[in-house]
Amino acid sequence: MNKEYIIRNLKAILGRAYPRVIAANREYSWIIADIILPLLSVIAYGTLYKFLGASKDFLGFAVLGGAMSAFWLNVLWDMASQLYWEKMSGNLQLYILSPISLVSILLGMSIGGMLATSLRAAATLIVGTLIFKLDFSLINITQLLLVFFLTLAALYGLGMMLASLYLIWGREAWHLSEFFQEPVYLVSGMYFPVKFLGKVGFFSSLIPLTVGLDGLRQLLFKEGATFGFLSVNIEILILIILTVIYALLAIYYLKKMEYLARKEGKLTIRWE
Amino acid sequence: MDDSISIKTENLGRIYKKERGVLEALKNININVNRGEIFGLLGPNGAGKTTLIKILTTLLLPSSGKAYVLGYDVETETLKIREKINMVSGGEWAGYGILTVRENLWMFSQFYGIPTKKAKREIDKYLEIFGLEEDANTKISKLSTGMRQKMNIIRGILSNPEVLFLDEPTLGLDVQIARTVRSFIKVWMKEKEGRTILLTTHYLNEADELCNRIAIIDNGEIHALDTPQGLKKILKNKIMYSVELERESYLNLKELPYTTKFTVNPLKDGKIEVKFQIQDENKIVDIFNYLKNNGFNLVSFRKREPTLEDVFIEIVGKEFKEDE
Repeated sequence: MNKEYIIRNLKAILGRAYPRVIAANREYSWIIADIILPLLSVIAYGTLYKFLGASKDFLGFAVLGGAMSAFWLNVLWDMASQLYWEKMSGNLQLYILSPISLVSILLGMSIGGMLATSLRAAATLIVGTLIFKLDFSLINITQLLLVFFLTLAALYGLGMMLASLYLIWGREAWHLSEFFQEPVYLVSGMYFPVKFLGKVGFFSSLIPLTVGLDGLRQLLFKEGATFGFLSVNIEILILIILTVIYALLAIYYLKKMEYLARKEGKLTIRWE
Repeated sequence: MDDSISIKTENLGRIYKKERGVLEALKNININVNRGEIFGLLGPNGAGKTTLIKILTTLLLPSSGKAYVLGYDVETETLKIREKINMVSGGEWAGYGILTVRENLWMFSQFYGIPTKKAKREIDKYLEIFGLEEDANTKISKLSTGMRQKMNIIRGILSNPEVLFLDEPTLGLDVQIARTVRSFIKVWMKEKEGRTILLTTHYLNEADELCNRIAIIDNGEIHALDTPQGLKKILKNKIMYSVELERESYLNLKELPYTTKFTVNPLKDGKIEVKFQIQDENKIVDIFNYLKNNGFNLVSFRKREPTLEDVFIEIVGKEFKEDE
């Protein structure tokens, strides 16, 4: 791998991140889809918690879940399904034709998606905090940053892997995003501590959002640790393992997808 | 591989597996495309043109045989090939509708590692050449088909490829824009020595105007390969006529005695144009009489030079339908 190739791939990451970062904010429909709609769920859970007399931290759990749901939606709809849409628009064959690794294209999508979605998640968090007058207790900022960035890394790694898998599985596979969306809200404890799900939580720990969200709650709220599923250090370890596994699988399936594209000629043809 | 050759194929074949059996899209293709040449692949839809281009651009693996671009093997040396080629297809809708023309072009330039400053300079230069400078900041979702195709051509040449693959580049474009594209292709080729274009088209005039050499392809096979003039020489001993006729609307011309390779094209105002070959020029009067006796009034006639369409019919044995 020479220097020129590395620079080209770095430029490709930047190039592919650009539409996500800059252009996504040219259409303001995201304010409804990514802020108002999650806020409605947050308000519903918040109201329920208030009615049941739960502690204020539970409102915080729901707000944090609402903010993090923006990343899950981004991974499902703008990562996992994206290569399928790229194929339909004809972009995919131009990506394969370019003298770069397809990993750079997906990394560009991921980084752009993360940046754009961070803005949306922050908006949900700020509005939710103002509505419910939340109290945060910063337990350990290093761990907090580690958990947050590892969650994003593992989550987008999962998105990169699914992007290739959806394409390999066929043209209807992107509908799986619809299937995954709501159940993951439930099993990853988007609006409540996953501890309440018992052993289900161990299985749902394969979804980075589950352990990531649990870790963030433990590090941001007083009662977070009381309702924590696993210790933060174990959750950090799980997130590191998930990041590595999903990243490796993403690279493997991306190569497989490109090979199949060239062997069968189907993956780059729109109507196949 | 000889340095003067850009593209070489050796018994290249490609099959597609279908639900029932296989489709043989390419059969033993052997071509050598020289550096500095515009090489045309002429054939109807489904002839195998796009399959060949996809193999040469490393998007598809051959099922048999070998193919080389600039001396590199399309199966194993993909990166080296991809660094030196680009491709533009007709009817291409690549890019992101939410980005402007300039932003889309910049994005694609980054995949080739072009420094941003240089990329922007080149983009502005080509936008001006194609008359798109006023639309540089327009979102591409707002562009017409013709404008979009101009943008696609700019995308294809921004990386300054040594070999440019143009797959039906004027497909669906209006006459004026297609002419602009063809003019640009000629200028671009002259701009720098050693550039090569492999052009697929089913527009016969386009192939005739642009190509140094043409391969006629049908059903996955190359039927002839020569310069446009060389191909037409195949018909040098044939006598060809084009006849314009008026007719009652219900009349169809299904046969014409003494002729071979006769084709009928509808014209405006209910007229038809009939093209045919004859062996014996003395029979032309009998042909005109036959037409008159069968309800067709002669408007005009001319003895004509062979076209690539005639060559295609002669070689492949069937009419060349551009809208096939």
